[in-house]
Amino acid sequence: MRTYLDFERPIADLEARLVEMKKLAESSNVDVSEAVASLEVSISKLRKEIFENLTRWQRVQLSRHPDRPYTLDYISLMCDQFIELHGDRAVRDDPAMVGGFAELGGQTVMILGTQKGRNTKQRQQRNFGMANPEGYRKALRLMKLAEKFNKPIITMIDTPGAFPGLEAEERGQGEAIARNLKEMFSLKVPVICIIIGEGASGGALGIAIGDRVLMLENTWYSVISPENCSTILWRSWDYKEQAAEAMKLSARDMEKYGLVDGIVEEPVGGAHADHAEMARHMKEVILHTLEELNRLSPEERVSQRIDKFCSMGVVVE
Amino acid sequence: MSWFIRKEKGINTPTEMKREAPDGLWYQCPNCKKVMHTREHKMNAYTCVHCNYHEKIGSTEYFALLFDDNLFTELDANMTSADPLHFVDTKAYPERVKSTIGKTGLKDAVRSGYGKMNDLEVTIACMDFNFIGGSMGSVVGEKIARAIDHSLKTRTPFLMISRSGGARMMEAGFSLMQMAKTSAKLALLSEARIPYVSLLTDPTTGGVTASFAMQGDFNIAEPGALIGFAGPRVIRETIGKNLPEGFQSAEFVLEHGFLDFIVDRKDLKDKVTSLFRMLE
Repeated sequence: MRTYLDFERPIADLEARLVEMKKLAESSNVDVSEAVASLEVSISKLRKEIFENLTRWQRVQLSRHPDRPYTLDYISLMCDQFIELHGDRAVRDDPAMVGGFAELGGQTVMILGTQKGRNTKQRQQRNFGMANPEGYRKALRLMKLAEKFNKPIITMIDTPGAFPGLEAEERGQGEAIARNLKEMFSLKVPVICIIIGEGASGGALGIAIGDRVLMLENTWYSVISPENCSTILWRSWDYKEQAAEAMKLSARDMEKYGLVDGIVEEPVGGAHADHAEMARHMKEVILHTLEELNRLSPEERVSQRIDKFCSMGVVVE
Repeated sequence: MSWFIRKEKGINTPTEMKREAPDGLWYQCPNCKKVMHTREHKMNAYTCVHCNYHEKIGSTEYFALLFDDNLFTELDANMTSADPLHFVDTKAYPERVKSTIGKTGLKDAVRSGYGKMNDLEVTIACMDFNFIGGSMGSVVGEKIARAIDHSLKTRTPFLMISRSGGARMMEAGFSLMQMAKTSAKLALLSEARIPYVSLLTDPTTGGVTASFAMQGDFNIAEPGALIGFAGPRVIRETIGKNLPEGFQSAEFVLEHGFLDFIVDRKDLKDKVTSLFRMLE
């Protein structure tokens, strides 16, 4: 069963009618092919119309769509081989952060990212995509490993934030993220970071310092979720739509302000509507971007990476 | 109970007979509730003479405590916030900034400068919690970045004094990227082998903890300071239980291995100078 969001309701209704019509045709031998064709056209027209005019909050909803592809989905759809690696070598393995070496378009890359679960059991196991300090330390370990063997790094971000738990604090959540930020600036290999769903705050940034930071079309990336922003500034959960508008957290906004480097288009209807097509396009973008980055020397990459982030910010003097 | 009843009604002491007690002469410690002279409290580096409670202070007080004879050159003193997102919540962001500038006399949540500390040239940046909760927006990120640039250029040790609730929501994406910017500059400082001491004071949380405050060669803290990534309220809601006593205190963070030492504010200047001198 597909999950439809509120604003997808009109599409869902038409699709239901289409199914009925086809059923009717089968049982009564009436020729409905013309009606079916015209309904199909209006569905795709409606879908295009709805998806061209999404509000920021609707994009936030899409970024959380339960059918959206997650990191491991992209890996299995894009890569010929994947050897998953586990553990931070200190505390434990964090299932909310996954990664390993993969074969992508004929070359070895390190792919890592936050991982959400598909059903209730998996969601709990993956901690809803909220990594603990050991997750960030595992990510750094894998990135250093990639650097050692001179392999490019791809990170995928889809997290509602770093986990705000008791043990996370005991084991230094802040320190773990802070270390990643600093260390990622000196990685000598190419680093591409892609926001594939939710990009919430330091928990996202902790694996998102890259030569290129890209966002999928229907994702968000900001300092806090719209719900939490609403709770703090309006003292109520109800202003999340307004908060989303005020924060300008969509891919288009972030690109416009120069806070990310580019947008990866999604199929009409969103990434969840066609996993295979989404992964195919993403692979194309990654390989193209890697080619670009490989033309630079490690020193050039590092200094451009530093300069790029240092130029972010607007002040009055 | 007749001894409770006033014999004469009203206050009869003539004004000229009243004791002189101007506002601000006495300081009451919010921790032990004992009272001391404001001057005595100030001479004691704004710590309680009875229980050693470290009162929250701002950049003016820290600069006076640390720079010899309070002599220093301030960097980027006039930088103020822009409003790139035209952010409006219950109030427009520029209005909020303007009224905070009026109330605090500060331009934003951090000040930076360079000068001598026990005759040693140092660069110091210090956050002011009074300014929108010490939150980090573009100004905080940029001023810290430039203070680090100054440190790099003059090869002087860098001391960062953090006190912040985290990122400034009204600058959303921009404020998040200040974590990246400050980290980038500190990576350069590290590569240049210039020492960086990060002092965490009460409270240091959120994006500040998850970036420059935890990236020191030496991470140190004032006694009793609240230090964490997530705030206590958020954690309480997440786990649905009360938090253990002393959770996220400087002492707790030291015990868990994320601080080098806790320093009494009265010893701060000398101890940090000694550390910098040992590395010369």
